[in-house]
Amino acid sequence: MKRLALLAVGLLTLGAITFADNPLLINGAGATFPYPIYSKWFDMYHGKNPNLQFNYQSVGSGAGIKQVTEGTVDFGATDGPMNDDQLKAYQDKHGSGILHFPTVLGAAVPTYNVKGVTSTLNFTPEALAGIFLGKVTKWNDPVIADANKGTNLPAEDIVVVHRSDGSGTTYIWTDYLSKISDEWKSKVGKGTSVNWPVGLGGKGNEGVTGQIKQTPNAIGYVELIYAVQNNILYGTVKNSSKNFVKADLASVTAAAAAASKEMPDDFRVSITNASGNNAYPIASFTWLLIPEKIQDAGKRDAIKNFLKWMMTEGQGSVEALSYAKLPKEVVAKEEKAISKIQ
Amino acid sequence: MGRRLRWRRFVSNFMLAMTGVCAGVSVLVLFLILGYLLFNGGTSINWDFFTKLPKPVGETGGGMSNAIVGSGKILLLASLFGVPIGFLGGIYLAEFSGKGTASVVRYAADLLNGVPSIVIGIFAYSLVVLPFKHFSALAGAFALGMMMIPITLRSTEEFLKSVPRMLREGAMALGASKWKTIATVIVPAAYRGILTAILLALARVAGETAPLLFTAFGNRYESHGFSQPTATLPVMIYTYAVSPYEDWHRQAWAAGLVLLGLILIINILARTILSRGIAVPRS
Amino acid sequence: MPSAGPVGGSRSFFSRLRDGDEFARLVTLVFAATVVLITAALVWELWINSVLPRQKFGLHFFVTQTWDPIMDEFGALPFIYGTLVTSVVALLISVPLGIGAAIFLAELAPPSVSDTLQFFIDLLAAVPSVIYGLLGVFTVVPLMRTVIYPLLNKPFGFLPIFKGPSYGVGFFTAGIVLAIMVIPYIISVSREVLLSVPRDQREAALALGSTRWESTWKVVVPFARTGILGSIFLALARALGETMAVTMVIGNTPKIAASLFAPGYSIAAVIANEFTEATGDLYLQSLIALGLALFLLTFILNGLARLLIVVTTQKGSGVAA
Repeated sequence: MKRLALLAVGLLTLGAITFADNPLLINGAGATFPYPIYSKWFDMYHGKNPNLQFNYQSVGSGAGIKQVTEGTVDFGATDGPMNDDQLKAYQDKHGSGILHFPTVLGAAVPTYNVKGVTSTLNFTPEALAGIFLGKVTKWNDPVIADANKGTNLPAEDIVVVHRSDGSGTTYIWTDYLSKISDEWKSKVGKGTSVNWPVGLGGKGNEGVTGQIKQTPNAIGYVELIYAVQNNILYGTVKNSSKNFVKADLASVTAAAAAASKEMPDDFRVSITNASGNNAYPIASFTWLLIPEKIQDAGKRDAIKNFLKWMMTEGQGSVEALSYAKLPKEVVAKEEKAISKIQ
Repeated sequence: MGRRLRWRRFVSNFMLAMTGVCAGVSVLVLFLILGYLLFNGGTSINWDFFTKLPKPVGETGGGMSNAIVGSGKILLLASLFGVPIGFLGGIYLAEFSGKGTASVVRYAADLLNGVPSIVIGIFAYSLVVLPFKHFSALAGAFALGMMMIPITLRSTEEFLKSVPRMLREGAMALGASKWKTIATVIVPAAYRGILTAILLALARVAGETAPLLFTAFGNRYESHGFSQPTATLPVMIYTYAVSPYEDWHRQAWAAGLVLLGLILIINILARTILSRGIAVPRS
Repeated sequence: MPSAGPVGGSRSFFSRLRDGDEFARLVTLVFAATVVLITAALVWELWINSVLPRQKFGLHFFVTQTWDPIMDEFGALPFIYGTLVTSVVALLISVPLGIGAAIFLAELAPPSVSDTLQFFIDLLAAVPSVIYGLLGVFTVVPLMRTVIYPLLNKPFGFLPIFKGPSYGVGFFTAGIVLAIMVIPYIISVSREVLLSVPRDQREAALALGSTRWESTWKVVVPFARTGILGSIFLALARALGETMAVTMVIGNTPKIAASLFAPGYSIAAVIANEFTEATGDLYLQSLIALGLALFLLTFILNGLARLLIVVTTQKGSGVAA
């Protein structure tokens, strides 16, 4: 009995000691799309400010929106902007609003693992819509082969891989498909979680990449850096100016050019299928979701300072991870918006 | 006649040999699992694994020090929550309760035992995470502690009941009151069995992942105290295993080896304690 | 039992409290009551937090195939299907193996060998789900793709259950992993049940001239069959609730397909994947409704299992459980 009591006291003391003098922990959760750059940023920022820890969990945009609305995390992250219903739900629950802050520009690319194919494939919008609708089932289908005349495509079944979790990357992809395919728009629609006609589900950008890597004849959509880091092939996509464009810094930046000049005040904008000769058609901003009212002064200041750092110094690290920098006009607008956080 | 008998004998020997094969295969699986983990994980276990924090995504190196500590913290707290309830409840069932109350409590414990672990996670999320507005080690411990209760309760009851009447009656004859008898004679007599049960309950929840997904959540850093999101070994294994990074796969194997090693050691320990028999109370 | 005190008279609450026994009784009662409280709270929370889909869909929820978060249409059928199919596959593999092993351990092996092997099998039961998942992803999935699928699809591909392409992941893969996970339960319970069959049953059969196998298969096993059935129910209950191992190898696709090689989804897996992100009350509550359904299912199975096992061991030993 006595030993038990001593043990309990010891444990409580241990718990208490670890409470003292701790770094401030700020919790966030959300998109896997920007996870590589966020984890790098938070690591760098922690190096500069050892008393601050930003704990970011890459669980998908859907979970990011949900958890920041529930208030279980301090900030969220998403590549599918919150819709009006979700904004209202947040407002109703907290009595104040939530702000979107663009952080980087990224691209969703069609990645594939096709037997015998070692070159870059070209995808037309019709091909992509057909594949994901389940109507184009073999790799050597004419709608794919016609755009890839020099390549030998096998007569194998296409294995479609999509996200099993609520995903901003899904939002970007389905947003694009809804724009270029009326059938997709009416049958499936756009969102972070849709009723996929075909395919396997992988968890997070990480899971989809892993699945594609291990499954022959698979195709899926992931953020550019995941394809690059894991050495899997990704294709070009035909844009609205009829050019086949590969996702890279230039083409992603070009996609944002038009929208940046007319950026709405709440920063929620879609840049898929953007006009421009060299614009990559499946690009997107990705946002941090920051509550307008933050009770804890320490957290509020930490978040505001991080945002300032992120849009200026932080942008210096994004290109190494294949994300494009924020356009100047957007940064200028964001710097003003930071003051909205009370 | 002879032919038929020889056929029947052949069938008999054949089928019995087949059952031996079945048993052999089942046991072989265990060794295959261990072997696989040892092979893939053994080479990845190094000092870094135990002492370093995870690195940013895509970079190699780093370790799982925060997950190891996190799992330890949550298991400790879960035991503090689940064991007293199971133990003291078991005492009630064995020593004090009437038939009616006993069946109600046992029924509730059996119900709780059968709840799928993911559903326990849902309950802990609604009860601990939402009201307090953050993910925490506490929530994780609450979920795991709940899962420890039924095993501890039923085992305590059984082992207390199996203490020979002689010991009980002897103590009463010497004038000891009931609770004194329980505390100084009966519980010590049954302690091996009860300890075994606690260890087995611990081993069972040590590997649980599902309930931790929405309670402890995850943490890139070490968590301080009990009210912060916490990294844990099982969740790290899951996250790393489904990722595309080779380095993370390597670490997942290592973590799997450490986790399974821990669980098997606890199990073997528990069963060895039990097999030594019921101890005679020390004077 | 109350301690010695004035016969017939009632003592005041506090004087009884000062008596150590009553205090001990109250304290332990509180803890025992906590168990009941926690269980009741759990069932209550599940019930009231799944009211929306009950109101909107009613029993239709269980037969609807669509799972569409955008259109707010939720149906449980794909998940129930996946849960059942993977469990049936698991049982088809593990029951013959498990009963065979149990027969060996109970009838043939000398006690020391039997005990040692049972020890290892108990350890197999202790391996956590996520580790089975880890192994499943890196061993069973490639095995399925490179060995099992070609073996079955080429000759038998015309059968609906073996049709279609192979993804590596899918119902079959999940079934195999589950089979390995539930075998220990079948073995250990069946072994106990077989051991409790009275010796005279065996001896009578042998005396009448049956071979060892015949006496086992035709006399002992039938005698113990209710208990063995109980072990199967127990294994089934375990398989139904498995989360991690399944979600890592089933393909996470909410679709019903005849082929075993197709990807699917189970109730536990969809809750694990979508719970933290379900925006909208109907979505979240539909997931909770699924959890409640799963809980009810495992509860019934566990209850039946226990009943069957108790009945058999009572029959065998003639002693009250």
